[in-house]
Amino acid sequence: MTFSSILIQLLNGLAAASSLFLVSAGLSLIFGVTRIVNFAHGSLYMLGLYGAYSLIELFGRTPLGFWSAVVLAALVVGLVGVLIELAVLRRIYRAPELFQLLATFAIVLIIKDIALFTWGAEDLVGPRAPGLSMAVEIMGKRVPAYDLLLIVIGPLVLAAIWLLLTRTRWGALVRAATQDREMVGALGVDQAKLFTSVFFVGAVLAGLGGALQIPREPANLELDLAVIADAFVVTVVGGLGSIGGAFLAAVIIGVAKAFCIGMGSVTWFGVEISFSKLTLVVEFLIMALVLVVRPYGLLGKPQAAQRVAAEPAPPFKVPSWGFALVWLALLVIVPWVTDRYAAILLTDIVCFALFSVSLHFIMGPAGMVSFGHAAYFGIGAYAAGLLLKRAGLPMEAALLIAPLIAGAFAIVYGWFCVRLSGVYLAMLTLAFAQISWSIVFQWDSVTGGSNGVFGVWPSPWLADKTVYYYLALALCGAGIAFLWRVMFSPFGYALRAGRDSPLRAEAIGIDLRRFQWAAFVLVGALAGLAGAVYAFSKGSISPSTISIAQSTDGLVMVLLGGVETLTGPVVGAAIFTWLRDVVARNTEFWRAVIGLVILLIVLLFPQGLVGGLKALVMRWREWPA
Amino acid sequence: MLEVRDLHAFYGRAHILHGVSLEARAGEVVALLGRNGAGKSTAMKAIMGLVPPAHGEVAFAGKRIDRLPPYRIARLGLGYVPEERRIFTELSVVENLEVGRQPARDGAPTWTEDKLFALFPNLANMRERPGGRMSGGEQQMLTIARTLMGNPRCVLLDEPSEGLAPIIVEQMANSIRALKGEGLCVLLSEQNLHFSQAVADRAYIIEKGQIRFGGSMAELTADASLREQYLSV
Repeated sequence: MTFSSILIQLLNGLAAASSLFLVSAGLSLIFGVTRIVNFAHGSLYMLGLYGAYSLIELFGRTPLGFWSAVVLAALVVGLVGVLIELAVLRRIYRAPELFQLLATFAIVLIIKDIALFTWGAEDLVGPRAPGLSMAVEIMGKRVPAYDLLLIVIGPLVLAAIWLLLTRTRWGALVRAATQDREMVGALGVDQAKLFTSVFFVGAVLAGLGGALQIPREPANLELDLAVIADAFVVTVVGGLGSIGGAFLAAVIIGVAKAFCIGMGSVTWFGVEISFSKLTLVVEFLIMALVLVVRPYGLLGKPQAAQRVAAEPAPPFKVPSWGFALVWLALLVIVPWVTDRYAAILLTDIVCFALFSVSLHFIMGPAGMVSFGHAAYFGIGAYAAGLLLKRAGLPMEAALLIAPLIAGAFAIVYGWFCVRLSGVYLAMLTLAFAQISWSIVFQWDSVTGGSNGVFGVWPSPWLADKTVYYYLALALCGAGIAFLWRVMFSPFGYALRAGRDSPLRAEAIGIDLRRFQWAAFVLVGALAGLAGAVYAFSKGSISPSTISIAQSTDGLVMVLLGGVETLTGPVVGAAIFTWLRDVVARNTEFWRAVIGLVILLIVLLFPQGLVGGLKALVMRWREWPA
Repeated sequence: MLEVRDLHAFYGRAHILHGVSLEARAGEVVALLGRNGAGKSTAMKAIMGLVPPAHGEVAFAGKRIDRLPPYRIARLGLGYVPEERRIFTELSVVENLEVGRQPARDGAPTWTEDKLFALFPNLANMRERPGGRMSGGEQQMLTIARTLMGNPRCVLLDEPSEGLAPIIVEQMANSIRALKGEGLCVLLSEQNLHFSQAVADRAYIIEKGQIRFGGSMAELTADASLREQYLSV
């Protein structure tokens, strides 16, 4: 590469970094004060981009029209943020953090369908910025003038946020609340108003980040999750809560991506390296590297534990044999008395039940929230398919070996993950899932790329849907029963001890990391089993089995049912799968319907469905006393 | 000024306060004495709304406050100084004070930064220092100053002398007397009887979440068996 082409890639990367920084800074601010991991932040970015597109059409493609559209779009997105905070989040600040996460997932679903309804499914390509559509010649190469403007905007916004945080009363309150919001309240500050204002500023930043991209990037419906993943990476690499860190990380990642695109395939010492294929993973590689070396990000500090008067998680209760047998009997009888379709749906449900229970095991008893559990589900599915199609193994062997392969990946991924905790851990799991996804997505010759693998059918004796359902029920049921059993073994107790008090657990001689690592591998293998069973039931595998959406589906299932009970994740998986099936057959806007149902449940039963029902029963029983 | 009647409070499922009643009047310093774990801090937090009272009444300046969120209670003029100080470590001294600032209030002294720096001269020399880089004694001064920025009519001081060097304890006693001189009512929780005797007009003794004694400081000083039973370690 010549010096001038290096410079061009650098400028390209810096231009991309500006929007990335804006959206990440907003995410970081909101997380700092409210402790809510706002999954809907990418959706706000998407709304900013769509909004700017429509407003420019409305105002006309003049410089004034363009810039007023960009600013107005950002402000409107800010108001959407306020609306979300007032209508939903304000009601659940006292609920467990994971439940707030669930609410933001629901908002992602709803915003996606609002965008689909308003702007349609086609990508919308925005106009170039009027007055800035020319290119500037730098060292013989042409650089779009708009990119140069973006490069200036990033540091300007950084300076503005910095002034706001360090030179105003609002900034002092925000920084104080980031450390100890309860104390801020005891000093007479209305937290609700502070939270709303922080949400407004954070949402404006996301909206502005999106709106500014209009000349560079078509508005599309996939942006929400793609951007949130990028923003997570940037905030975590920079250090949660550090605005300067977010800027630094955005620049590093923006530039690294630009170089990967710009370099294309390069042959070094006779080995051809395709850098353009690395584009999708490079940020996650950077993140994994940074988190291992600096667990709190480049400029982050260890997080102060927020004071919450939350009760510790109650002990789990074992479902009784009688209860389990009744359900098992029902599950065996149902396909006899209903149609073939019920068997197909039930097969889905038992696969997702095991997926969800394995995720619950790592989140609940082990206390490690995973945003990327689909990695193991998807690896299990792909392993089964590839062993059958590429290695030529019999289906039965493929089905049994696939979980071991998923477990093997969990050994590697888990080694890194157990070194972190809390949000950082969750983000790292997301990173590994994304790395797995992009390998699968890009390795056409082996995985079939975006088309996936076809013809993954079970052996003839299992071809009948009902017979296959019984196999799925047996395997997934055994997996669930095994995980529940493990929860009440000394291993399970040690994990729960480590979750409730890591220091005390280590002080009595528990090597917590090893236990957590083992738990990671165990749930990885079982999620892999779920994926393998699922693959053979569908006959084909697509990269979506390993996507962020699949991971968030798992989280929704667990949280919907409730983390605090064993049966919750099973109920959550069943209801979610059934609901999605029913709603998707009746409306194009099934996501919004599910999102609204989730919101309703979140607001009515802040402990999840099963937990909420149990609390109701308890209250009813205690009534006479 | 502050009246607490039959207050019950829980931490999770643990029943900590079993019907605490006490009162503090304007211009009066009242000590709430008791051993570790007797319920002093919980009583303070329950009055402030940080631990929601399960039962009982708290009235402040003639208004029921036991169902209000902490910020509303603070805005009525009840200041709270936590035992662990809870300084905002990333914020400078003046920024910590800024967070505590509330509008001036009728019937309560109005505090400014300068007035507070006069009360706590140590702080005046470290206006820009981050709260995290101060000694324990300086932090204790700052946490009181921060609460005073809200111009309270009454202050809850949770163990103000805890962990301080003797000379700083002496300064703290002077500061509390100065607050009394301004007409504030002060309710302080203490394990340190000697310190309480130096500043308080009246005292309550709390044990196992119940008030065992209430009376003048002189009465308590005269009754050795009472001190032996509830306060000696």
